[in-house]
Amino acid sequence: MKIVHSWLRDLAALPDDSEAISFALSDIGLAVESVEKVGATVAGVITARVIKTQRHPDAAKVHRVFLDNGDGTEHHVWCGAFNMQAGDIIPWATPGTTMPDGRLIETKPIVGIPSEGMCCSARELGLGDDHEGILIMDPATPLGVPYGQALGLAEEIVYDIDVLRNRPDAYGHIGVARDLAARFKVPFIQSVPTLAVTGDSRSAPVEIVAGDRCARFTTIIISGIRITQSPDWMVSRLAAAGMRSINNVVDVSNYVMLETNQPNHAYDFETLGGGGFKIRLAAEGEKITTLDGVERVLTADDLLICDATNRPIGIAGIMGGQNTEISPQTTVVALETAWFEPIAVMQSVARMNLRSEASARNERGMDPFGIDISIARFVELLRVTCPDLVVHQGMVDERSESIPPPKSIYVRPARVSALLGKTFSASQITDFLVPLGFSCQQAGADFWVTVPSWRPDCTLEIDIVEEVARHFGYDNLGKTVPKSTQPGGLSVIQHRRRRLHEILLGLGFNEAMPHPFLTDGDLSNAGLPDVAVRLVNPLVVGDDVLRTSLRPGLLKAIAFNESHRRTGVSFYEIGHVYPTSSDILPDESEALGVVIAGSDAPQAVAVWRELATAMGWGARLDQSQVPSGLHPTRSATLSAGKDVVGAVGEIHPDVLDAYNITQRVAVLELNLSRLLAIEPKVAQWKPTSRYPSSDIDLAFTVPTSVTAEKIEKALRQTAGVLLVDLTLFDVYRGKDASDSRSLAFRLRLQAHDRTLTDADVATVREKCIAGATKLGAQLR
Amino acid sequence: MIVDINAARAAAEQSIANALTIDELRQLDTELLGKKSPLALLKNGLGKLATVDEKKAAGQALNEAMSAVEFTLAQRRALLGRAERNVQLSAEALDLTEHFAVAGRGKSHIVTQAWQRLEDVFVGLGFQVAEGPEVETDWYNFEALNMPPSHPARSMHDTFYVDHGQPGSTVLRTHTSPVQIRVMQNVAPPIYMIMPGRVFRNETTDATHLAVFHQIEGLVIDRGITLADLAGTIEAFTQAFFGAGFTSRLRPSYFPFTEPSAEFDIRTPKGDWLELGGCGMVHPNVLRAGGLDPEEWSGFAFGFGIDRMAKERHGVGDVREMYTNDIRFIEQF
Repeated sequence: MKIVHSWLRDLAALPDDSEAISFALSDIGLAVESVEKVGATVAGVITARVIKTQRHPDAAKVHRVFLDNGDGTEHHVWCGAFNMQAGDIIPWATPGTTMPDGRLIETKPIVGIPSEGMCCSARELGLGDDHEGILIMDPATPLGVPYGQALGLAEEIVYDIDVLRNRPDAYGHIGVARDLAARFKVPFIQSVPTLAVTGDSRSAPVEIVAGDRCARFTTIIISGIRITQSPDWMVSRLAAAGMRSINNVVDVSNYVMLETNQPNHAYDFETLGGGGFKIRLAAEGEKITTLDGVERVLTADDLLICDATNRPIGIAGIMGGQNTEISPQTTVVALETAWFEPIAVMQSVARMNLRSEASARNERGMDPFGIDISIARFVELLRVTCPDLVVHQGMVDERSESIPPPKSIYVRPARVSALLGKTFSASQITDFLVPLGFSCQQAGADFWVTVPSWRPDCTLEIDIVEEVARHFGYDNLGKTVPKSTQPGGLSVIQHRRRRLHEILLGLGFNEAMPHPFLTDGDLSNAGLPDVAVRLVNPLVVGDDVLRTSLRPGLLKAIAFNESHRRTGVSFYEIGHVYPTSSDILPDESEALGVVIAGSDAPQAVAVWRELATAMGWGARLDQSQVPSGLHPTRSATLSAGKDVVGAVGEIHPDVLDAYNITQRVAVLELNLSRLLAIEPKVAQWKPTSRYPSSDIDLAFTVPTSVTAEKIEKALRQTAGVLLVDLTLFDVYRGKDASDSRSLAFRLRLQAHDRTLTDADVATVREKCIAGATKLGAQLR
Repeated sequence: MIVDINAARAAAEQSIANALTIDELRQLDTELLGKKSPLALLKNGLGKLATVDEKKAAGQALNEAMSAVEFTLAQRRALLGRAERNVQLSAEALDLTEHFAVAGRGKSHIVTQAWQRLEDVFVGLGFQVAEGPEVETDWYNFEALNMPPSHPARSMHDTFYVDHGQPGSTVLRTHTSPVQIRVMQNVAPPIYMIMPGRVFRNETTDATHLAVFHQIEGLVIDRGITLADLAGTIEAFTQAFFGAGFTSRLRPSYFPFTEPSAEFDIRTPKGDWLELGGCGMVHPNVLRAGGLDPEEWSGFAFGFGIDRMAKERHGVGDVREMYTNDIRFIEQF
């Protein structure tokens, strides 16, 4: 919302200090996004008439211009533009002028002949983009006057403020000026013009059909209008506020809205069918062409202003129709000023995606009793260009039940003080409220506050607390720190999650954060069930699937990097997945995904083992249950009891193809909501032996049908209490595909009470070999 | 005899001096001091000497000779040892710049880094950390936060609606504030909690806006909490997180779920103001929705973006870069 400095100062005795006003605006919650000077002119540039121009044989690119600025002396300027003729009036930058680009204009000679200043183009004066030639002014322009004055330029300071949803009044200069006057403790001076009704009785009757949507609808007939241009000062102010001048009637309409905040609409009374109005809901599919020339299709929830013949002539509170627009021939207007139910306006605006200055105000809630002043102001301002206008008797003021009643709020100074952390007396509070238009009535220690009709946001005591805080100044309330009686800290689960992050980073995995929305097909391409919760209104059509697995996002990350020639990358992600559910919300849970490009399944199992040891997790590696989308002969389900807690292995080659990945990808997926809830056993001390240990290496040829895990288990069992460590340290598969492979284990034996003898070691070795042999292994 | 002893000693010392390696010395040790060494043989001949005085003199000379040989041997051993070690050291010379990278740690996402730093600062200020679902009911996301259906402020949130349950009943949370309500329902005051998490806005992304991003929210509810407490807590956070030279300021603003509401700005030591987030006193209607009596409890809430902290800290020109999962981006931090 553009607020004009001089306009504010017409309405309140504010200081002529834009910095102070800008600071105050932000400090009372009307955040200033920018302060701009518009219409600034360049001092030292005056009007002058071209007497004659002359070429010079030694200067091809410039010519000599002789100027008359009315002082009786002939001035000479060299100029590089040739568009002027004798008699033209142009802006002349006299020597000593500093141009907007910082250039200082001096008397400089060319071929020995001095040049007194410079002729200016429009662009050089900041008046637009035209730099083709020198600005040629109106032939009637007086000579020797500042060009700004000659062009009717007024310098204005404009504050662009961010009007908050709860401050509809701040959409008008009056509302802003009132707030500022209270802050600066200066008088607020709203002129309240009286409406002189002089004409015979002419009315535009009103029928409100949809009373819940239109609380008040006033019409008044004004005749004797002559459509013409607006005075310069009004054009200048409208321009500063960002509005283009159209004609005197439209300009006054806009000016009154910018000042009082009340939108209004002037209809050409001659074209108003039946000479009256009807306010009703649209029929489903009913059409109207709005002022912007677009045909709008309405729904049964949109409110229409119709003429008395039931012909739609405007969408209530949003935009008028083309059919009753003011034309150059208009002499009589019906001025409509009304109050519409704001939420319904907002919904129509959203539905039609049609926004206007009027709708921006109406959807926030107007002052239902500000109408009268705005009508009087309209007439007052229009009379400036139409001295013969006549306001007719017979103003119509139709109201419905839905007009917002005045509100009173019970306010306790003790409560205000308790919430703001500073003691405020009833009279101090009253002093803040009264200048804002609130009226206060004492009730013991407390009081009743009557809310002005232009502040629909104030309904509760807490709203009054905010008004007091705003005008006392948030900065003046001080800064204290409440004393927390509880210790700060992360929860156990949050601690475990942090530890998991650290371990994964330590293992060399980079953290990825893929998008939680998937595209149609992402799940099925990943070999996962295509059952997911979907977005109703995705940002990008098709990106509407809420992920049920982290896998698609991580595979896309691998594919992206592969396409940028980065193979062998590994990622992890800890994030939420949102599977479907018949409960109130989807079955949201936290998951871990690890993908290791260029690695095969055992690498993922090794990661699982490392995490499980570190985090105190346990699960069965069930190679008979292949998780969907994983490699059928290189994957396993991780189960704890009856529950599946994860999957480990390799991505199915079909899935890799679908994601355009050419490397193998080892994968580990865990349900963290389950696993992080597990309280890990605290590791208990095992005394270390003082006696030396002995190692045995055993290599077996083992049939493919027997897992390494089984052999390992058998070795553990048979080795007994002397075994302190067991590792698989080599796997060897012969070149010709066979149904067995060689597995090499290292066993470390140690006793707590003695040095082991060769015989001890030999016994364990024999038992281990026997144990493995029973499973079909053969010692190599 | 004395002459023989001196001769043997001189010969021994000469051969020690001639030895060039530790191995030679080891051999000499036996040759010169062992049972069959010249000095040992002379010692064996002591008994054959005629007089006690002779025996005494020769014995003394022998002992001296043996000590001297041992000493010379030790000296020579030390000297040669040093020389041999020096040879070894020069032979082992390496160019330390000829090294290969270690396997390397993984890189934490910069948003996670910012998230954890923020958590740590608030934990230090006495806060605990609460979490909530990212898919929320309309009630938690809006209604309980003083935004009943068709409340105008809902249009400030570009909401993603989720096709689950009754139409319009389920949304992707537009802010972390629904966690406030869940905390109030589940934790008896006093409450000093922060709530970091992922949030969603249905708006077109650009260099500074994302549809999916992260916020951190704070909630304090206790007896006698004031707007000054809010300002003080923001100030304490500002100095703890950004540094001692930073200060903060509250400016009136509007949010349906807080009143009085404010924006909070921070001022850098250079004097520049940066808008950081929104805050305010928890609205009485919100306290009621959380099951608390606003006459008994008061509180404040504040919130701001985590992604922006990461973006500003690392000078990321375009926030969308943070979510490409491009290893060339991730590896930088």
